[in-house]
Amino acid sequence: MKHLKPLNEKAHRLERALEPDPGAQPPGAASPDVPERDVVGLALQQPQGPHIPLGCSTIFSPGWEVDRTGGTAGLCQPVERDLFDCHLGCFWPAQVPDQLNHAPDWVKKCAAAQKDWRNIDVIFP
Amino acid sequence: MMHLNPGDCHVFEAGGRRFLYLAPSAAVMAADEVSGAVLDLLREQPRAADDIVSLLGPRFGPADVAETVDELVRARAVTRVDEPARRVPKIVPLTPMPLSTMVMNVTNQCNLSCSYCYEYGEDKIVQTENGRQPKWMSEETARASVDLLLRESGTSAHITFFGGETLLNFKVLQTAVAYAKTRAAELGKTVDFSLTTNATLLKPEVIEFLAGHDFGVTISIDGPADVQNRFRVFHNGAGSYALIEPKIKALLARHRSRPIGARVTLTRETLQVRRIYDHLTHEMGFCEVGFAPVTSAPGRPHAFGEDGFDEVLAQFRDLARDYRDAALEGRQHGFSNVRETLGEIHRGASKAWPCGAGFGLLGVSTAGDVNLCHRFAGSDDHRLGTVRDGIDRERQRAFLDAHHVANKTDCATCWARPLCAGGCYHEAHTRHGSTTRPNLHYCDWIRGWTETCLQIYGEISEVNPAFLRQFDGASHEAPQAT
Repeated sequence: MKHLKPLNEKAHRLERALEPDPGAQPPGAASPDVPERDVVGLALQQPQGPHIPLGCSTIFSPGWEVDRTGGTAGLCQPVERDLFDCHLGCFWPAQVPDQLNHAPDWVKKCAAAQKDWRNIDVIFP
Repeated sequence: MMHLNPGDCHVFEAGGRRFLYLAPSAAVMAADEVSGAVLDLLREQPRAADDIVSLLGPRFGPADVAETVDELVRARAVTRVDEPARRVPKIVPLTPMPLSTMVMNVTNQCNLSCSYCYEYGEDKIVQTENGRQPKWMSEETARASVDLLLRESGTSAHITFFGGETLLNFKVLQTAVAYAKTRAAELGKTVDFSLTTNATLLKPEVIEFLAGHDFGVTISIDGPADVQNRFRVFHNGAGSYALIEPKIKALLARHRSRPIGARVTLTRETLQVRRIYDHLTHEMGFCEVGFAPVTSAPGRPHAFGEDGFDEVLAQFRDLARDYRDAALEGRQHGFSNVRETLGEIHRGASKAWPCGAGFGLLGVSTAGDVNLCHRFAGSDDHRLGTVRDGIDRERQRAFLDAHHVANKTDCATCWARPLCAGGCYHEAHTRHGSTTRPNLHYCDWIRGWTETCLQIYGEISEVNPAFLRQFDGASHEAPQAT
């Protein structure tokens, strides 16, 4: 900063937060031309500034498919995320039983999905 | 075009220069001429960025002004008028913080009878005379306290002994020190000690013990004889000055490894800050003197009224100027109220809770109850466990949740909240009947005093920044129990 001079320790930290070292490589940036982004997955195709990204590669909910051993016993997300992540965060419809209506008793058994998802049990379409 | 107005920050002047104190980050910045001019304009009325550029452009150059506005917006010293006020974020740690300080009330008995005393006077919380709490802490309770502290602490722990008059139970104090040192060595931790005393029992062997174990000592003393003897009297009404003076001098002569502080209780009737300071430093020999206005329900004869705090502030400011002058020349000064505030300003302390009570600091009563701090020792309403059963984490969490500064709506717009956070729980309990209330009776005094210390900080950082290096890093000096 040019017009405000940091004096105490907190002000120095604030300055570093507001103006990162210009020589430092932005995390994830492919080249110096790419502006700094936390997530750069689709950055090259996306408009500048805040936007709603499309595509599941920008959505971070790791660990709900398989656990670190390749199984499903130690998933880091509850299994009900399986029902919602693709639907809400993306466009993929197949795993949303209430819309595809493969689960005939969805409304009765699973009125509040976050609470009742266990009731759905196995579905035979 | 969106208008801008001053953000959540306090602009102050010192040494002919303008400075910013940003809340809630507690960052202190010096403004240059351009940013000072922008802030001046916005203090008059909200303005659009383009208007600011066209008004100040001829003086400083449009590019510089635009750049300054951008900097001020990024630092949040300036915000858009339509921007919703940011709520104070409320984060209560999920896991317990390590305990750093335990204040052990080794007795609730006292050989003095100070009429303003919060433990025995009219505003006492606990029935100390013939109540459920024993008069003396037992050796077993003292050991259990040490065990609890060393179990819950990080690598370093601090024990403060308190009373009553602490030295009335010197025997248990000695065993607690020996036990704490042995246990800490076994656990690979370090432990250090301090105590607060009225100095009446500072016998040569006590002084030897305190010096030998490198105790931090705080002496409760109010000033020269006439001031000291106004409130700090024996049960028969006789003043205590003549008895304590030689003992304090003997302690100061023998124990030189740590600065010994005087802790003065200011009352409406003994409000002579400079005279008291001069006496305690020049004539008595203390290196540091700290002042605290008496904690009292309103209306007591010694309590400060509405305008009393203005006078305290005026006298504090007068003495603070001496501190500033000394600091500018690189000399130390013993007015510890300034020193402590400068330390907090330098580190940029931004508090979610006014102090460490119930958090990193706990008080233990003579019976072994664990309370918020020594001032609540033995109070059932403010208990967070016992030394035998440990800290009740649910109660502690509920306490921290209920006392977070975000709950104090009065504080939400105050620029001094990073340092004050609503003020002392005990003061709030005594004045307003609840620990959750902010101490609204002394807001002006806190803001006035914070402003004074900010000005001193600003001036020192401009003229003699090397002086401030003593405050570098997170200094975790243990708090003195007062």
